[in-house]
Amino acid sequence: MPILELLDVHKSYRSHLSIRKYWILRGLSLSIREGEIFGTIGTNGAGKTTTIKLALGLIFPDTGVVRLFGEDASKVESRRRVGFLPENPYLYDYLTGEEFLDFHARLFGLGAATRRRRVKDLLERVGLANRGDRQLRHYSKGMLQRIGLAQALVNDPEFVVLDEPMSGLDPIGRREVRDIILDLKARGRTVFFSTHILSDTEMICDRVGLLVKGSLKAVGTIDELVSREIPYWEVTLQGIVNGSLPCGRIVSRREDRMLVRVDSQSDLRRLLTVLNGHGATLVSVTPARQSLEDLFIREARGAPPSPARADGGHAHSN
Amino acid sequence: MLTRISAIALNTFREAIRHRILYLLLIFAVAMISFAQILSLLTVGSEEKIIKDFGLASIDVFGVLTAVFIGIGLVSREIEKRTVYTLLAKPIHRFEFVLGKYAGLSLTLLVNTTVMTAWFFLVLLIKGMFDARLGVAVLLLFFQFLLITALAVLFSCLSTPILASVMTLALYVIGHLLWSLDLLSARLSTEAGRILCRALYYVLPNLGNFDIKGEVVHGLTVAPGRLLWATLYLLLYGSAVLWTACAVFERKELQ
Repeated sequence: MPILELLDVHKSYRSHLSIRKYWILRGLSLSIREGEIFGTIGTNGAGKTTTIKLALGLIFPDTGVVRLFGEDASKVESRRRVGFLPENPYLYDYLTGEEFLDFHARLFGLGAATRRRRVKDLLERVGLANRGDRQLRHYSKGMLQRIGLAQALVNDPEFVVLDEPMSGLDPIGRREVRDIILDLKARGRTVFFSTHILSDTEMICDRVGLLVKGSLKAVGTIDELVSREIPYWEVTLQGIVNGSLPCGRIVSRREDRMLVRVDSQSDLRRLLTVLNGHGATLVSVTPARQSLEDLFIREARGAPPSPARADGGHAHSN
Repeated sequence: MLTRISAIALNTFREAIRHRILYLLLIFAVAMISFAQILSLLTVGSEEKIIKDFGLASIDVFGVLTAVFIGIGLVSREIEKRTVYTLLAKPIHRFEFVLGKYAGLSLTLLVNTTVMTAWFFLVLLIKGMFDARLGVAVLLLFFQFLLITALAVLFSCLSTPILASVMTLALYVIGHLLWSLDLLSARLSTEAGRILCRALYYVLPNLGNFDIKGEVVHGLTVAPGRLLWATLYLLLYGSAVLWTACAVFERKELQ
């Protein structure tokens, strides 16, 4: 049984005083498996946050089915095993870190002793053990993200949903959040998060879904989505002032350095063997792989225009 | 259920008592109650009435302002700043959130009213003007605050903070002038107009039920069933308003 399942979900919004509907999701179908880290990527307005809100019963689908642990996602009980961190959370800044976590633990009906232990453990786990007595208004953005993450883990959830957990964080903060997500997977938890930081997605996700204008354009492992073939190499050479090369195309030249693009492995071999004859030194050879970013940009650019009229046809995702 | 409601209520109370506006309103209220003594010097023979009237009016106005501004702020801000997401993504029924907020605000108002009343009574005791019936008047004022808070919570679920504040304050004013609708319906010539006036008279909150300031200050008799009727009215009308707030919030899209 999938942890989260969306079947042919359509969702629209109507702005105030307008009869026009804006379609956010158009027939989205998605399934999150137990124990995986699933990342949704997409441009702003692609429907990432809407998908998460639907999964948690914060909003309701126009049509389609959303199931959490096999139950209707609007049912309160289905959220007992879920932890959630919203995007840019505005937390209760008048509370201290300890009070904040204790309050959230209370909502799960945990006893005082369990709460104390859980709060202490979580503060340590997110690296805020010595900041628990400070009010959240004195926390940095990275600290707020970490305490928000701790709040999402207060019930030791089986399924953790994170909306843009790395947004606005510095490289150290991003790494810390990444490590927490990987730690959750190591503990057998399922993680579903949205992001537009593609490098993080490539690094930690078991599967990725690419959302474009409310439709799932691609879903699968990184290997399934991104070709591992190398279409060309970039070779940096030093020491060639003049003279032609037997193969490859010069992309740029600065003083005695040049960047050459070579399109096949045989050409690369030929180029490397004739270097000595030209009195050149090899600085670097970089294989150009297709990245998630290439896929992302290609799919995002190829998307149909939005918003669509309410009476327009619904595009069904694959 | 009660654990979750009380957790939200306590958090709401904690937020309110860490709010600067609450203290500002309290300081103003205490200052106004104290100011009544100076004002009473300007009148001859009615010093006691002025002090009592001004004191009760101060408690009334500042209690209502607290209910409206802190009440609406606390609920709307949860929705606007999206802190409500972290709560409702947990196994919490939406009605528990609404009731928790209401209970927290009511607790805040209880503390607020107690502080204002304690100061008011202290002033009266020092002056030798204390009258036990003032306690009943303050209790009814507190009932009124509870009803206003329920309305503030309802409008917070329905609308933006500014509009919710305006609507709640408007109902406070209308609620005290409802007797005029009764008078108007008697003078209207058309049946439709009379029915409309009567309907509005019964639908809008009749805050006159909680107002015995005049009787207490002027030493008049207060009808014996007044407290019982006010309690019943609060329970019925307040429950209806809160039920509506819960129903509205149940299907609210948290965008």
